[in-house]
Amino acid sequence: MRIVKALRGDTGGQVMLAVLLAVGILVPILSLAVPAASPWHVSTYTVTLLGKYLTYALLAVAVDLVWGYLGILSLGHGAFFALGGYAMGMYLMRQVGDRGVYGNPTLPDFMVFLNWPELPWFWHGFDRFWFAALMAILVPGVLAYCFGYLAFRSRVTGVYLSIITQALTYALMLAFFRNEMGFGGNNGLTDFKDILGVSLQADGTRAGLFIASALALALGYLASRYIVSSRLGRVAVAIRDAESRTRFIGYRVERAKAAIFTFSAMLAGVAGALYVPQVGIINPGEFSPLNSIELVIWVAVGGRATLYGAVAGALLVNYGKTVFTGIFPDAWLFALGGLFVLVTLFLPRGIAGLMTLRRAG
Amino acid sequence: MGGQVERWQYLNPGKTLAETLDISHQTLLYVEGVTVSFDGFRALNDLSFYVDVGELRCVIGPNGAGKTTMMDVVTGKTKPDRGFVFFGQSINLLELDEPRIAQAGIGRKFQKPTVFEQHRVIENLELAMAGDKRVWPTLFARLSGEERDRIDEVLTIIGLNEHAGRPAGALSHGQKQWLEIGMLLMQDPLLLLVDEPVAGMTHQEMERTAQLLLSLEGKHSVVVVEHDMDFVRSIAKRVTVLNQGAVLAEGSMDEVQHDPRVVEVYLGE
Ligand SMILES: Nc1ncnc2c1ncn2[C@@H]1O[C@H](COP(=O)(O)OP(=O)(O)OP(=O)(O)O)[C@@H](O)[C@H]1O
Ligand SMILES: [Mg+2]
Repeated sequence: MRIVKALRGDTGGQVMLAVLLAVGILVPILSLAVPAASPWHVSTYTVTLLGKYLTYALLAVAVDLVWGYLGILSLGHGAFFALGGYAMGMYLMRQVGDRGVYGNPTLPDFMVFLNWPELPWFWHGFDRFWFAALMAILVPGVLAYCFGYLAFRSRVTGVYLSIITQALTYALMLAFFRNEMGFGGNNGLTDFKDILGVSLQADGTRAGLFIASALALALGYLASRYIVSSRLGRVAVAIRDAESRTRFIGYRVERAKAAIFTFSAMLAGVAGALYVPQVGIINPGEFSPLNSIELVIWVAVGGRATLYGAVAGALLVNYGKTVFTGIFPDAWLFALGGLFVLVTLFLPRGIAGLMTLRRAG
Repeated sequence: MGGQVERWQYLNPGKTLAETLDISHQTLLYVEGVTVSFDGFRALNDLSFYVDVGELRCVIGPNGAGKTTMMDVVTGKTKPDRGFVFFGQSINLLELDEPRIAQAGIGRKFQKPTVFEQHRVIENLELAMAGDKRVWPTLFARLSGEERDRIDEVLTIIGLNEHAGRPAGALSHGQKQWLEIGMLLMQDPLLLLVDEPVAGMTHQEMERTAQLLLSLEGKHSVVVVEHDMDFVRSIAKRVTVLNQGAVLAEGSMDEVQHDPRVVEVYLGE
């Protein structure tokens, strides 16, 4: 019940979770139980779009945890998201079975195309859902731990740290682009058919994935909230504001950082794993440095170090992106840049800051 | 995993640093032949300096004498070029990093008060509190009744009871100094290094600080660096004068004040 206590005083989080609960129940009902002719019907397209936004929101929470509370501006969190996505993508590829273009019962199409004789060792086990789900969390977690341990032990901070996180995701992008890596090269993994034995195209599956995304966001939020309201969370803020002082009172700063960074990467991995079955594709573009920068902007727009602000920012900016790219397909990056400048200048504490101002005034 | 197990500790498996402390010779801190240079400039020049168990020592010296640098070396912030620094007879401080030195029992108050500004006053004290500071125990830590009492006690000692719930950033300069002393008390270290504790304090506050530091004598060893001579006179038993990175004189306040070398340094300023 300490998890529930962690929500005390977090009005924004309470509101967010209440809305999430309502939406998580209503949307599937309106999609599955209300006839398509009714104005209340929610199309499967919309369900999937909303589900995708929710995975972005979870990713934003992960970023806010390290940026807002620990002061680590990670410009590489997209990498952890993409790794989670690839783990799920590999499972979905194996689920295709012999229904691929080449009809090979074990090898995914791209491997047949490359004349590979057998499945590479690292593809084994991914025919089981539980294994893929575990990898979607473990792989980002282990990478984040190793990366974090080395970087934090050498006391790399600030801009330098941000740059090497960019380098990390960039290097992974280049690696995943190569066919020899065995992840489908620049086409990535796609043409999925089933998940857990049910068709990915079915309305019920889409609703199920949406509910799973809502649930993951709620649980990820609560866990993050628990961390930031624990003493470890106060140590994190102490590190953010006065790192060396924190050392002098006896905290192993690099370990606290590595632990929270790793947890955050695992959250990002979960988000990626839920994202891929909904959008139906994962390719190296997800590692693009630009993606990681974009999600930092979501958090900046929502307001750092509030967690619920990150959720609001991710939902708002992505809704804006959907609308905007519908009207001016090529101008999104300019709009995003402009938004970032405006928020930095006029709303340094983001949407969340605006709301606390309201309450105070 | 216990973060305190050290290389040299293979003889004492399972003991924390503080438990391996050996003070049978009644000397708590040994600084011997320490030299620190910054780009060729010697901030500490073959400095030797010893602190006994339970003693209150004042360190004075002109600006740039190396007083803060000496504390940096002891707390692991600066690694010296030469010399050695031991805590008791067995703990080599030069092998440890800052958190381990803190866990071994050395606390420090900085010349420029540094508190966690975003945290409330009680949270600052909570974070400084002695205890298991590894990641998992910290994640699940809850304040026990005893710990709460200890925090209340320290709040009373440093006179910040009414401010307990305020963010530390909102405190005045003097109050921050007090809070930092309070954080030292929460750490309950064997050795307290206190750099310019009364800067920015009123006369009354100074007197209370003097009382507080005197009350620590015996239970803790305290090294106080201070420029304010009245303050030093009010607490000092033994005074060490540093100049150009080395000890110039040591003795009672009277002896030191009448030492011609000291007079020369202070008049020549
Ligand atoms: N990180 C550093 N890099 C270069 N020089 C340094 C550094 N730290 C200290 N110094 C120099 O070393 C000398 C000793 O500095 P220190 O801060 O120890 O003096 P202090 O006795 O504490 O003086 P004050 O009374 O002014 O606090 C000074 O000349 C200072 O400029
Ligand atoms: Mg100084």
